[in-house]
Amino acid sequence: MTRSSKIFKFVLKRLLQGIPIILAIVVINFFLLNLADGDAVDVLAGEAGSATPEYMAELRAKFGLDQPLPVQLMVYLKNVVMLDLGYSFRHDMPVSELIVDRFWPTALLMVSTILLAVGFGILLGLLAAMRLNTWKDAVITVFALITYATPLFWVGLMMIVVFSLNLGWFPTSGMENVAAFYEGWDRVKDIAVHLVLPTITLSLFYLALYTRMMRASMLEQYGQDYVITARAKGLTERRITFVHVLRNALLPVVTMAGVQVGALIGGSVIVESVFAWPGLGMLAFESLFARDLNLLLGIFLLSSALVIVVNLIVDIIYSLLDPRIEVS
Amino acid sequence: MRDFWNRYKRNRSAVFGLVVILLVILMAATADWLYAFDPFRLAGKPLSSPGTNGFLLGSDSLGRDVAAGIVHGAKTSLLIGLVATLVAVFIGILFGALAGYYGGQIDNILMRVTEIFQTIPSFIFAILLVAILKPSIYSVVIAISVVSWPGVARLVRGEFLSLKNREFVQACHTLGMSDLRIMLREILPNCLSPIIVIGSLMIATAILIESGLSFLGLGDPNIMSWGFQIGAGRTMLRSAWWVCTFPGVAILITVLAINLVGEGLNDALNPRLRERN
Repeated sequence: MTRSSKIFKFVLKRLLQGIPIILAIVVINFFLLNLADGDAVDVLAGEAGSATPEYMAELRAKFGLDQPLPVQLMVYLKNVVMLDLGYSFRHDMPVSELIVDRFWPTALLMVSTILLAVGFGILLGLLAAMRLNTWKDAVITVFALITYATPLFWVGLMMIVVFSLNLGWFPTSGMENVAAFYEGWDRVKDIAVHLVLPTITLSLFYLALYTRMMRASMLEQYGQDYVITARAKGLTERRITFVHVLRNALLPVVTMAGVQVGALIGGSVIVESVFAWPGLGMLAFESLFARDLNLLLGIFLLSSALVIVVNLIVDIIYSLLDPRIEVS
Repeated sequence: MRDFWNRYKRNRSAVFGLVVILLVILMAATADWLYAFDPFRLAGKPLSSPGTNGFLLGSDSLGRDVAAGIVHGAKTSLLIGLVATLVAVFIGILFGALAGYYGGQIDNILMRVTEIFQTIPSFIFAILLVAILKPSIYSVVIAISVVSWPGVARLVRGEFLSLKNREFVQACHTLGMSDLRIMLREILPNCLSPIIVIGSLMIATAILIESGLSFLGLGDPNIMSWGFQIGAGRTMLRSAWWVCTFPGVAILITVLAINLVGEGLNDALNPRLRERN
């Protein structure tokens, strides 16, 4: 069997493995929805201002809310499969449309965060490992320790105080200056300027994480036999580090990048609500205050699916990076 | 015990962390005496800067004393961090022990469940749980423990897997001990050190999650907490930077100290690991 068809089979298998997890999450979703006080009809009645009990019973029958729980669960499952995540009464829009609208700003924020965190994390970890036990190593270690202990929202607020309010370098919030009606490159530049502080805030923690992992991974690789062989062959230290050790040390860092996506989505709720970045996190924050449960559950479901997909992608990248790993 | 302390104190930053955390505990324990009033009450002129109008760390837009909030908030953070971790460790031990000890189909099912909980983005799940259960100190504890236990379960399962076929366990079987007794009295005590280490680090994470939840307005509305203070002060960022700054420093110091203690415990409890590095 050729390698590409092997990879295809592997992807298919992993996709099938993801389905039960998604199903389980949908079921959890359903029970959480039922755990909450009041159902969609209560919300509707509340919105309308007044409703007679007869009218509410009629509505319940119409939505199938008078059916036994297992039947309701099946209906819910069917709806989710059809990508119908319910209706947001606050925004007067189907949840799925709302989520798609707000997905791109979040995707932009997350991609730039991952690039920054992984890129600089690898760089700093490499530096720390090459300058082991010097002041540079110590500074990097202390930086990582402090970053681990700092709440994300606080970093964001302090960034706003220093860089927006005092220095005036970056805007305090939002994704673009809507009032300026920028077009083309001006708009791209405007968004980029708005992107700086949220990206730095969200990436700091992961930057510290990847730095520490890269450092540990490099040190572990330096102890391997092939490094001794390379030295015996008379290769320069530079060549050993950059050609041999670095490539092997990158593998665990790539894996971790996938594992952390779930945490990254959680972090984006906080960062987006601090910087009023109009993405999914901000939407989740708004839906909390509006008590818009359907919307919150939809975001939760989408972010869970996202984690599964990203992990799959990471697995594929991983198998491409390291031919020793069997895709089976 | 003496031996343990000797090994612990070799790590100087861990000793420093321990001193800091003891100070935070002392602050929390004496909160009602240091600031013997409700931290929510109006204590003086609103938006006083630090050091003025009798406010050590200033006051917020409603005239609440920031320092009093920090001192009382220490109780909340430590309590929630500790209780949520205990609950999470309990669930984790339950899952991990059963899965590791019995193996087979039980292991398969329990690990699948663990995997699902690990896949779910934990902070969003915590938000969802608190939003549905209504914000209170109980729902916050439940939410944090529900999202924190899978790590413990995996760890305990691994330990049980490696210990269950050792001679001393086989000897217990031969003596006719019950499974429950073997699990609780024989195997569990042998994997306490990694559980203590992971537990101590989880307290730090729990405090961070709690501060995040209360920052978003999902904390118990009747209990002062650091996250709530920062959340309440963020609209006043331009005119009163101190309202947000100092509670954040409190979180940073506390979590940092707990992490240092956790690393120190790791070094002291697993001496072999230390030497390998």
